[in-house]
Order: sequence, then C-alpha cells, then structure tokens
Amino acid sequence: MTTYLLRRILTIIPVAVIVSFAAFMLVQLAPGDPSAFFIGEDTPPEEVERIRAELGVDRTVIVQYTAWAQRAVTGDLGESFFQRRPVTEAFADAFPVTALLTLMSLVIALILAVPIGIFSALKPGSIGDRISTVFVFIGVSMPNFWLGMLLVILVAIPFAYFPAQGFNDATIFTGMQSLFLPAVANGYAQAAIIARMTRSGMLEVLRSDFVQTARAKGLRSRVVLMKHIFSNAFNPILTVIGVAVASLISGSVVIEVVFNLPGIGDLTVNSIARRDYPMIQGVLLLSAAAIIVVNLVVDILYGVLDPRIRYD
Amino acid sequence: MTESSVHDQPMTQGEVAPDGTGGGREPQRRRSATLYLLLKGMNGRILVGSFMLFFVLVIAVFAPLIATQDPLAIDAVDRLLAPGADHWFGTDELGRDVFSRVIYGSRISVMVGMSVVVTTTVLGTVIGLAAGFYRKLDGVFMRIMDAFQSFPSILLAIAIMAALGASARNVIIALTITNLPKTARVVRGRVLGIREETYIESARAVGLGDIRIMRRYVLPNTLAPLIVQATFILALAIIAEAGLSFIGAGTPPPAPSWGNILAAGRGYMRQAQWITLFPGVFIMISVLSLNILGDGLRDVLDPRLKDRR
Repeated sequence: MTTYLLRRILTIIPVAVIVSFAAFMLVQLAPGDPSAFFIGEDTPPEEVERIRAELGVDRTVIVQYTAWAQRAVTGDLGESFFQRRPVTEAFADAFPVTALLTLMSLVIALILAVPIGIFSALKPGSIGDRISTVFVFIGVSMPNFWLGMLLVILVAIPFAYFPAQGFNDATIFTGMQSLFLPAVANGYAQAAIIARMTRSGMLEVLRSDFVQTARAKGLRSRVVLMKHIFSNAFNPILTVIGVAVASLISGSVVIEVVFNLPGIGDLTVNSIARRDYPMIQGVLLLSAAAIIVVNLVVDILYGVLDPRIRYD
Repeated sequence: MTESSVHDQPMTQGEVAPDGTGGGREPQRRRSATLYLLLKGMNGRILVGSFMLFFVLVIAVFAPLIATQDPLAIDAVDRLLAPGADHWFGTDELGRDVFSRVIYGSRISVMVGMSVVVTTTVLGTVIGLAAGFYRKLDGVFMRIMDAFQSFPSILLAIAIMAALGASARNVIIALTITNLPKTARVVRGRVLGIREETYIESARAVGLGDIRIMRRYVLPNTLAPLIVQATFILALAIIAEAGLSFIGAGTPPPAPSWGNILAAGRGYMRQAQWITLFPGVFIMISVLSLNILGDGLRDVLDPRLKDRR
C-alpha cells in the first residue's frame, strides 16, 4: 500500500511541472508583454526600463518561468495587475463559490445517476432502461449553460424562490439556495455520464463468476445484490467521480457566467478581459492543482477499497 | 443498446487479428472490412443519427437559401418581437431576425467542429501511434497529455483564446489542444494492444521497417475507434464552441454563432425567451445527432466497448 501511495504521489511531479510551464507559457504567447499596460505614450524611456525590470519582462522567458515557479512553490503567485492584491487572495475569495457549486453539482448528479444506472442494469432492455437511455442522450447533448438559462426562464423567474442571478452569501443556506439551479444545470450532463458508467459497471459485475456462484448456491437475491453486487460496482463509480469533478469544475466556469456567480469562472473571464496575466496564470495553475488533488484522492481511495490495485 | 446484435462480435475479432505478413493489399482490405462492418451492423441509431446530422449539414451549407432575412440587418423598430409570420423565431435586441441568425450560426458550429475533428484526429493519431509504438516516447507524451487534461478544459480554452485573440481559427486551435489528449489516448490504447499481436511480430521478422508496419498494420486497425471518437469529438467541439462564444471568448460578433446568440439572449430572459430557446434547440439537435450516431457506430465498429460505457 505504501509503495502504491508513494508511486502514485510521485507521478504528480512531472505533471505538475508541465502544468505550471504550460500555465506560464500560455500567457507569453500573447502579443506584447504586460508592461504595455503600465506604459503610456508619453512614458519616458528610463521609466519604461524601470517598469519592465520591475515586472521582470526584460529577462528571458526561462528565467522568468523559473523565478515564477520558485515563488509559486512557496505559495506566492504574484500580484494581480488590476485588483492590486495577491493572486492567491483573489483566488481564495472566488474558489469557495466554485467549489460549493461543483460539490452540489456532484451530489445532484450522483443522486440522479446512481439509482438510474443500477436500475437500468438490473433490467436491461426494459422500459425503465430505455427511458434512462433517453435521459442519458438528452443529458450529454444539452449544453449546461443553455439548461441553466432554461431553468432561469422556467423556474427562477416564475416562482421567485431560487434566485436567477447572483450569490447570496448571507448564510450557507442562502448560498446553497443561490447555487441550486446552477448545480442542477451543471450536474445533469454529468448525471447522464455517471448513470451510463454505473450501468456498465453493474452489468459487468452481474455477469461475473462470483455473482453466478452466489446465485447458484442459493443465496437470496437481496443478499447477492447488497453483498456481492453493490460492493463491487462501487469502484467504477468512484473512478467516474474523479473524471466528473474535472468536468464539473470546467462546467462551473460557464454556468457562473449565466448566473452571475463570483467564482473562478467569473474571475477568469474578467481577468482575461483586462489582460491580467498573473491572475490568468494563477487561476490556471490552481484550478489544475485542484483537479490533480481530486484525482489523487480518488486513486488513493481506489487503492484502499480495491486491494488488487496495490499489486500491479 | 442492449438489444444490439451479438453476431457482429466474431466479425470484429476477425478484423483485429488479420492473417499476418501479407502483401500490399492489406490496407485496402482492412478499410473495406470497416466499411463492411458498418453496412452489416447498420442499426437504428446509425440511421437516425446520420439523418439528423444530414439535416444539420444541409442547414449549414444552404444557409443563404434557407434564411429568410439578412442575419446582420438591424431594424430599430422591430426590436424584441415575439415569433410570428414575419419572424419565425422572433427578433433580438437589435431587431435582427433570430431565425436567420440561427440558420447562419450553424455554419460556424459546423465549420469549427469539423476542423477540430480533422486536426485532433491527425495530430492525435500521430501522437498516439508514436507513444504506443515507442516505449521511450510513451512516458513523456502521456505525461504531457495528463498535464493538459488537468486543466479545466474550458479555462484552458479561454486562456488560449486570450493569448491568441478572438477568431474562428483560434477557436479551432484552442479546442484542438483541449481535445487532443482524448484522441491520442484512444489511439495509444489500441496501438499498445496491436503491437503485441503475432502479425506484428511476423511483419518484423520479414524485415519490415517501423513506418511500414505502422502504416500497413497498425494504422488500419485504429480506424474503427478513431471514427467513433471523431463523432464524439465533433459533439464536444460544438458544445465547447458555443460555450466559448457564449462567454465572449469565441467567434466575435456581429457574425452569428449559436453561442453568441445565446449570450445576447441572456440579457432578455424575462422579455424575449425566444432568443434563448431556438439556438439552444439547434445545438441540442446537432449534438444529439452525433451522440446517437457515435453510439450506434461504437456498437458496430468497436463491440469490445459495448456495455462498457
């Protein structure tokens, strides 16, 4: 187990290096450099030199990256050009909204998907299975932001219970109330995918030898279901959750724009409009870090739950 | 999904394990094997999906003939009109005809989507082949793919758009980068399986070089999963293009795209729901057609994946 853990954690290092390099370099692709925003037409040349030196843009890209990465490791991602405060601070303000939205979306997705997936696997080809297939196809075909807009038109505006816009952070309850419709919109497509994966995971278990054996030796079907099937169908679901979180964070970005939520999507879109380079780099790096951590946790849980994984 | 025929199973195994060292006709035969499978295993989903997709393509190609008005014509008097005889899908905040805009908007989606499919398929095949075939490259290439998949895809696409500037071409570049790892992985996975086959061994034994082996034996065998993957990438690209245009990081206005029509609709969700409704329905129909088609194709071309979704 320790070897498995260690090896899994070590794989993060190359990925993290590439992620940070990509996050840094991407912004360098933009024409010109950030100093342009602090320099006017009448800025004297020596002042230009000073600003460029202060921002570090007079050095080579590799030197800039190394300096940035070194500071990033210590938790310093520089200062936002426009908000005039550390990037990490702005991220820390925006992240809880996105995190809560992602979590709620995941919970909604699981509540919808797991029973549907299990149910349709138990009776493949039945009416229920067919209905859930339709649910899956519609789910994966509807852009989440459009579903969000439909929910605003069909639920938020007529009933005025869930807000159509903004995030009410008065209490955790009002916060969740403002995030409910966005979470439904974001969770539905993932619910469709998770339902599909649950179904196939279940089908595989149902066909396996140990289930046949359990049935053959005359165990009651309820016991087989609870003890043999569910406990084994959980692992594929766990894997999907890892993938789903990445998609849900991605989905949150656009959903936040629909509902005017102050999360990292909103932060990114604003930073890009203002060409706030340190902010864009920081948001990219930190959101990738969040996804890497989630996948790591999922993999570790996977190893804990399934002893076979450890001996690969 | 479950009723899909069992009999196409042996056929595909025949396709994956071909007869060996054979001559120059191999690629042709393999390609026609794929085609044969398609015709033999033709199912309802492939028909329905293709028909719907055809409908979308016709709209995109013949947009100027179908549209009833100039999609850019502003009409200050007829602002936010509800759907009616003159304006089937109503008008937007500038009095532009939503029907004509939605019809023309299909062009951007189809054009961007198709281009993304071509670029991801070509690049993904090259990367996947190289990674699957050469152990030394595998580690490096796959870590790079891991890294790119660690970014929330839409954030990465937005950042690329910010760096390169808003244009249809740059949307294609951004979406190629975000989708590339998926295709590369599919190809690599298939190649890893194929390289252990005895026919590769025998091809090596008769002295064929790597490039020839890849072209003649490996590549044709990756064709089936690639076709399936391409339909799903097209679906994802259409949704992603709409998302980018929606948040203002995609194809720039005034040229209509489904995403930027929806962005305009967002400001009028109380007064003019039709601006929101229609482009979304068109996105859904296009994406649904591809998902149905891809699902049908997968059962026929890649039966080993059947029920593993």
